[in-house]
Amino acid sequence: MRLEPIANPSALRLFGLPTAALALTVVIASLLALLAGADPLATLGLILKGAAGSKFAILETLNRATPLIFTGLAVAVAFRARLWNIGAEAQLYAGAVVTVILGTGALGALPSILTILIIALAAMLAGALVLLGPVLLKTRAGVDEVVTTLLFNFIMLLFISYLLEGPMKDPTGMGWPKSASLDKAARLPRIVEGLRLHWGFALALIAAGLVWVLQTRTTLGFEIRAVGQNIEAARFAGMPVDRVLVKTALLSGGLAALAGFSEVAGLKGNLTLDLSPGFGYTGIIVAMLALLNPLGVVVTAIFVAGVFVGADSMSRAAGVPTYIADILLATSLLTMVLALRLTRARLRRR
Amino acid sequence: MGVDNGAEVVLRLDRITKRFGPLTANDAISFDLNRGEVIGLLGENGAGKTTLMNILFGHYTADEGGVEVFGAPLPPGNPRAALAAGVGMVHQHFTLADNLTVLENILLGTGSLLSARLNARAARARVRDLSRDFGLAVHPDAKVGTLSVGERQRVEILKALYRDARILILDEPTAVLTPQETTALFETLRKAVARGLSVIFISHKLGEVMAITSRVLVLRHGRLVGEVETAATDRHRLAAMMVGAEVTAPKLAERVAGPALLTLAGVSTPDRGNATGLKSVDLVLRAGQITGLAGVSGNGQAALAALIGGLEEPVAGTMELGNHRAAQWSPRAALGAGIARIPEDRHKTGVIADFTLAENAVLECYARAPYSNRGWMDWRAADGLARKIINTYDVRCPGPHARIRLLSGGNMQKLILGRALDPGPEVILANQPVRGLDIGAVNFVHSQLIAARDGGAAVLLISEDLDEIMALSDVIHVIYEGQVSPEFPRQSKTPAELGVWMAGQGFQGGEHAA
Amino acid sequence: MELFDILLSASFWAAAVRIASPLIFATMGELICERAGVLNLGIEGIMVIGAFAGWMTVYLGGGLWMGVAVAMFAGMLFGLLHATLTVPFGLSQHVVGLGVTLLATSVTYFAYRLSLPEVTSPPRIAPFQPLEIPFLSDIPILGEALFSQTPLTYLAFATVALVSLVLYRTPLGLALRAAGENPTSVEAQGLSVMALRMGAVIVGSGLMAVGGAFLTMSAFSSFFFEMVNGRGWICIALVVFGAWKPGKALLGALLFAAFDALQIRLQQTPLGAHVPYQVFLMVPYVLSILALVLMSRRAEVPAALMIPFNKGER
Repeated sequence: MRLEPIANPSALRLFGLPTAALALTVVIASLLALLAGADPLATLGLILKGAAGSKFAILETLNRATPLIFTGLAVAVAFRARLWNIGAEAQLYAGAVVTVILGTGALGALPSILTILIIALAAMLAGALVLLGPVLLKTRAGVDEVVTTLLFNFIMLLFISYLLEGPMKDPTGMGWPKSASLDKAARLPRIVEGLRLHWGFALALIAAGLVWVLQTRTTLGFEIRAVGQNIEAARFAGMPVDRVLVKTALLSGGLAALAGFSEVAGLKGNLTLDLSPGFGYTGIIVAMLALLNPLGVVVTAIFVAGVFVGADSMSRAAGVPTYIADILLATSLLTMVLALRLTRARLRRR
Repeated sequence: MGVDNGAEVVLRLDRITKRFGPLTANDAISFDLNRGEVIGLLGENGAGKTTLMNILFGHYTADEGGVEVFGAPLPPGNPRAALAAGVGMVHQHFTLADNLTVLENILLGTGSLLSARLNARAARARVRDLSRDFGLAVHPDAKVGTLSVGERQRVEILKALYRDARILILDEPTAVLTPQETTALFETLRKAVARGLSVIFISHKLGEVMAITSRVLVLRHGRLVGEVETAATDRHRLAAMMVGAEVTAPKLAERVAGPALLTLAGVSTPDRGNATGLKSVDLVLRAGQITGLAGVSGNGQAALAALIGGLEEPVAGTMELGNHRAAQWSPRAALGAGIARIPEDRHKTGVIADFTLAENAVLECYARAPYSNRGWMDWRAADGLARKIINTYDVRCPGPHARIRLLSGGNMQKLILGRALDPGPEVILANQPVRGLDIGAVNFVHSQLIAARDGGAAVLLISEDLDEIMALSDVIHVIYEGQVSPEFPRQSKTPAELGVWMAGQGFQGGEHAA
Repeated sequence: MELFDILLSASFWAAAVRIASPLIFATMGELICERAGVLNLGIEGIMVIGAFAGWMTVYLGGGLWMGVAVAMFAGMLFGLLHATLTVPFGLSQHVVGLGVTLLATSVTYFAYRLSLPEVTSPPRIAPFQPLEIPFLSDIPILGEALFSQTPLTYLAFATVALVSLVLYRTPLGLALRAAGENPTSVEAQGLSVMALRMGAVIVGSGLMAVGGAFLTMSAFSSFFFEMVNGRGWICIALVVFGAWKPGKALLGALLFAAFDALQIRLQQTPLGAHVPYQVFLMVPYVLSILALVLMSRRAEVPAALMIPFNKGER
């Protein structure tokens, strides 16, 4: 068998295949529901209702989408340069730690907006530094960044665990490993008073727009794309490849850290070890489904968040384990990359 | 080696047709191969030679038509069946695993995969015998990664012979050899033919086709356009058949060279893995002169190109560039010093396949005005440059926003050429600039290089094709294991004399013996 | 002083060998895949599902060896998925590998919740028991360390020998090594690169799953979330550290496990009272990164690793 490229794919191919991939995911979800002894249609309905059935559900989905937009952008930026940052989880926590440190009185009595701005920037810096290690190992010593960034996630979680049981432990926490709560001045306010949606979401939208402008309009964006598409040609053409990779890493790490910042400052108010239920890893799905397009990331992050939020609420009502959401997303990732390949190539027997 | 009418047909192709989308790569091709003859399959790049051989060997399946070997139909699309039927193929790009020994490469796939052990001892004896009988000297236990290009080709031939091939297909076998190695290869082929083997010799080199074949088939645009007895034709007529029209290659007019624009004195660069570095190289590139660098591939051409192109810095010796002196040598510094580069592998290093023509056009100059300003790209300026190159260099394409991967090799190379020549460079590094192009594109690239030379640029032409070097160079150097020979003026040496240098004789431990 | 006591105790070395066993299986699995030219990042998830499948089989009344077989089969199924997407379709081995890990992990957790909805602490099974080899197990230190282990540990060592033998002494191994170095060499000799690579990924994934099963069936006798805990990623580092050679990878796994066993013991010493336990737990991950840094320059990477092969293309 060989793969033969299709020069001019038909509209049916271009749109039909991704649709089929999505349909396949839905079929699999139905089968899983059936397996759990629930009515498939009712289960899907409950997921949909839980994700978007009410104002509360929609706001909950958007809240859940916020960190996913940030980690999705982080992954999209890095993967665009073919820098395999699988460590968004670690960078997220780095951002969260800095947010807590600076947000619990370290900055003194500054105006709230200034406090938030300083914290956000510091969080980005921390996330950027976390990714700097693996990327320097890549550019200087030729160490593959996939495994190093993955391993950094485990090291970071242990480090957070140490902090929460030691120096950063909340004395009033009744023995739970959690940090002290953020000062009022350090918290992200709600966008509209009375609605449970914080400014982190708006910040995420702005970040997506800025990343889009960066990628399409600036020389750095051009360099990032060139390095990702063909690193040898980029180097030959005189691009400072290593510097581009480092800049990409700083940007990517910073974006992932904003996820931690917005979760702590906008939603949770403190740091615990379960701050992120795998937002860093889910960011990979978000970014891949968006074809690494920063504006697409917003859409896919909301979709992915909807699946999670919907599955949570469905699980409570129908008793199908909530892990159905993870299966759905992993499946959609795999079917979607396959569908996209098949829009541009077909498998021939010989 | 005439063909008598009672000859035994060992291979018959019957109306082979293969299409790739809208392109018909092979259009109803039929011919016979007789026992004990060498036929030449002649055609330009893209004429369909390699596709035809891939069908014959089972890598591809023909859309129509069939193949018969020794009177029996060959099952399509099955390399294993082709091998079993006695068809052996020596590919243009060697199909050897560098991490295995010669013997292991030969043994690969010869027995059942599920058998418990390799029968290496008997195989080693057999390989020794074949080496001796066919004049293919190579050590069976050497790691292939350590072998020279010529030795690797011998392993490829041994692989086929070990499997009792009765029909040998050689795809552009001489492209990478010195004239002397080519002579040795021909000797091997004559021995094979004397033992009753038959050979298909695929090439676009007319001289070699005239020398070794008894019959020539000419392919053009996927069609078989001619079949002639070699004795009844000549190079001139073959060339016309191959191209379909009379073509005249651009000629070099006499010209007095100007001042030195780039001077290497005792320059060495480090080895990179298997790739040899430069060893104390002296070289002068002068204004208005094309300097040809001949040599077998893998002898340091890549290191020299990397040095001049800005990717490598000398560890010893000095490189002077007219009045420029870059503090830190890099591709960007090289571009800034007026060096234009045409890379060896246009797909891998020349262009970014998924970028548009405009994006590829500004790949080297995007960082300066008018293409960007304080970090912001000006895509309109990029489009303008792309349009200018498309018009000036006759790049056939849908427009500046088309992805460059859709272009033919020739048009892609024209864009690279335009990108390199547009700023009016002082020094031009042309590394294998016409590899894989058809004759029209070859002549276009050559005439542009000559025009740049006539306009006062210093051109370094690196090529493995000695004919190209001899036709186009004012002066010639030979490179061997990182050393560079003294300068030979145009037409002061015959191909055979240069071949002696290409094989390393004349170089003595870093000292040149002129 | 205490360090010496630890290093001289037989139980320490026995623990090191025990800790190494799952890593050996999974490292051999990954090594086979990579030697054929495919990076298998599904390893982490495949270990998870192997751990679950083996344990569940025994919990439902199957025999221990039945459990190993079921785990292996589950791993091979996910290997088939990985291989189908990465070999004939040539999709990104990074993306597919991570996708397979996410899928295998979530399928496992889903199945766990489905089969044990109300359980707070997972049930235990009767795991593999140590099998003392007559005479050899009486050798001081070495006997306890090497010859008083469970059958799965012996199987792990046998696997290394087998992989080594196949890779270097048989036609199949020759073809596998060639497929990872230059697939055209395989195709030109009439063999199918696709079959070789898919086979390697499927068999390799089966071994990874057995490595996972070791955790539930020989080490912890129970299944819990996050029990694989990055061991798969560590095995990828071990393959690099072992320069893609089975023997060296085995040494790497043992060395690594010895450090791991050491950090566990050091936690009980006075040193452990002064240093937070998290620091000790970081040791394996830090070591893996160090191993990568040390070896990446020298390593002989299979030349065609991560490069999809398409017939007739070069």
